[in-house]
Amino acid sequence: MSETKEKKGWFSRLRDGLKRSSSAISGGITDIFTKRKLDDDVIEELEELLISADLGVATAARISANIAKTRYDKEIAPEEIRAALAEEVTAILDPVAAPFVLDESRKPHVVLVVGVNGSGKTTTIGKFAKQYRAAGKKVVLAAGDTFRAAAVEQLQIWGQRTGCDVITTKVGGDAAGLAFSAVEKAKADGADLLLIDTAGRLQNKSDLMAELEKILRVIKKLEPDAPHSCLLVLDATTGQNALSQVEIFGKICNVTGLVMTKLDGTARGGVLVAIADKFGLPVHAIGVGESEDDLQPFAANDFARALSGAGDT
Amino acid sequence: MFESLTGRLGDVLGRLTKRGALTEADVTEALREVRVALLEADVALPVVKSFIKRVKTRAVGTEVLKSVNPAQMVIKVVHDQLIEMLGSEQQELNLVAVPPVVYMMVGLQGSGKTTSTAKIAKWLTEKQSKKVMMASLDVRRPAAQEQLKILGEQTNIATLPIIEGQMPVDIAKRAVQSAKLQGIDVVLLDTAGRLHVDESLMAEMDAVHKESHPTETLLVVDSLTGQDAVNVAEQFKSRVDVTGIVMTRIDGDGRGGAALSMREVTGCPIKLLGTGEKLDELEAFHPDRIANRILGMGDIVSLVEKAAETIEKDEAEKLALKMQKGMFDLDDLASQLRQMRKMGGMNSLVGMLPGVGKMKKQLDAANLDDKLLVRQEAMIQSMTPKERRNPQIIAASRKKRIAAGSGMSVQDVNRLLKQHKQMAGMMKKVKKLGKKGIARGGMQGLLPPGMKL
Repeated sequence: MSETKEKKGWFSRLRDGLKRSSSAISGGITDIFTKRKLDDDVIEELEELLISADLGVATAARISANIAKTRYDKEIAPEEIRAALAEEVTAILDPVAAPFVLDESRKPHVVLVVGVNGSGKTTTIGKFAKQYRAAGKKVVLAAGDTFRAAAVEQLQIWGQRTGCDVITTKVGGDAAGLAFSAVEKAKADGADLLLIDTAGRLQNKSDLMAELEKILRVIKKLEPDAPHSCLLVLDATTGQNALSQVEIFGKICNVTGLVMTKLDGTARGGVLVAIADKFGLPVHAIGVGESEDDLQPFAANDFARALSGAGDT
Repeated sequence: MFESLTGRLGDVLGRLTKRGALTEADVTEALREVRVALLEADVALPVVKSFIKRVKTRAVGTEVLKSVNPAQMVIKVVHDQLIEMLGSEQQELNLVAVPPVVYMMVGLQGSGKTTSTAKIAKWLTEKQSKKVMMASLDVRRPAAQEQLKILGEQTNIATLPIIEGQMPVDIAKRAVQSAKLQGIDVVLLDTAGRLHVDESLMAEMDAVHKESHPTETLLVVDSLTGQDAVNVAEQFKSRVDVTGIVMTRIDGDGRGGAALSMREVTGCPIKLLGTGEKLDELEAFHPDRIANRILGMGDIVSLVEKAAETIEKDEAEKLALKMQKGMFDLDDLASQLRQMRKMGGMNSLVGMLPGVGKMKKQLDAANLDDKLLVRQEAMIQSMTPKERRNPQIIAASRKKRIAAGSGMSVQDVNRLLKQHKQMAGMMKKVKKLGKKGIARGGMQGLLPPGMKL
């Protein structure tokens, strides 16, 4: 893996980020399983550990049951259970781990970025812009958050940092109109990638979701296939509500992939497992810090191992 | 926010109600579902466990088995326990200190600190008549300081001028000094979002705290947060003396378990709730009312308070005067429609009524939307002042004109006029009750015959 040669390999970054969370799980596992038989009590405790990593009741129960299936009533070592847990989680996550692929034939590849307030949409766009600029692509950013104070300025600063054009309108302006002119401009400039930021919105606010629909309609007038990708940004600290976010955003704007941010805290992002289980949407990247380089492709095995603490031993 | 949990508990407790006498097994079964409901609502696992344990000890055994109505008993125990979990009484913001009183806002990235800062500033200015200043200590996120400055301009609240490159501790020092000179009552320090595991940033927060001696250190927490909420709260509390919690995004469809666990685990009271994107969408936290809402018992007190606040006093007086005379014209109806919209529309009002929790889904499906209010208002606005005062002159040709003017149909105009007529009739009844007042005649007198409260 070439990334490991960087100042700090991405796996170790992820591990650093997830260690704090997984150490709680693996510590928990050691507590449960040292010299113990895998009986109903133990299964329940394992289930609870998974629940406290935000995997949700149903997913936690299913994974625990799977682990118990072949090992019931046997003496089992903590390492073994960690490996089994990592295996189960990998099995669920592997099909959804798919990096974001820029479609070079599009000119521009239009990406709409959506999510609830404060999930990290603008920061994620900044990080994406940095990566594709570094790869020599022409990237245009559209400051579609016309609601929050200084959101436009925030994206403009990212534009300056990364050397991308930023299309803006006035605060309170029409986001759909802005998206339209951004697509127009990006086409005219022959850009490779257009990243459209949107205002954060809670998925149960029907008026704000209707606004999102309008943005989609307007973009399609210029580019019937656009947006070619729609990324939903999820905050790792979010609990089971993330399921509702995926469901409703998915329904409204046909989400094509997920990005999970803030995995550098103690939040375990276990809800991603529940989401993968239920929706099977591709997970493109994870955010493990605030700097430009902290957006990493999502690798199921590493995530699972970090989550279950299997890599620690 | 709590609808889903309400629904879930409603189902479980509803089944108990239907069964009559309860066995111990029933209680255990019910509590198992309560446990799952709470976990699905993102209540922290240790909190759920202690909750279930406490309810069980109280519910199983004599208390339940010997009581006359076991189901009620269980509901009571769950309810009491919920209130205990939420903190038994409401806690106001502390303003008792030598001015300038310093408030410090802390929390993770994206939890809503800056918006909450502006909301609290606006709230203190308007409701407590305080002179407030805001200062952004966020030198990390691009344009964060700019964001607070713009919010200050929008709300007409002073912000500390931005000096590029100044460090948070120095900004805090300058904010307090500047507040002293300007005779500011409360100075709000909005800090950068930080992870509770980021040592250098936590140390910086500690330094700001030591420098500014805040009276309130408010931890801002997203109510959509999962199990991690409790780690966050514990970590922040261990570094600085957190005095209260602000829960944001209560208007989301998250089940709000974080709100339930927060108080129990940290001992910090939840002081305020952020209920929307607009800067006046901030509410005091009433544990008893939230507990009531969870159990589907409604939130009448909140409804009344909200109504009282929004209806401008003079309008209310005017209306009262007219009601006394038994008059109620279309202008009055229009102003009522406006009030309703201000209070957050039909859905928000209906949601606060008791027993509606379960119906809420159907109501949402029925699309009880606020467009209706807007349309009705549009029709009234399409009438001449004379027509509004004397609706009886509105004949067929006038109806056509009004319908065309508001983009509605004549049937819609008829419906509106009929509605107004019924309301005017009610006002006449109020007059008849006269000085004896509604108190004597009771609300019953106002309702159509055959309808009972």
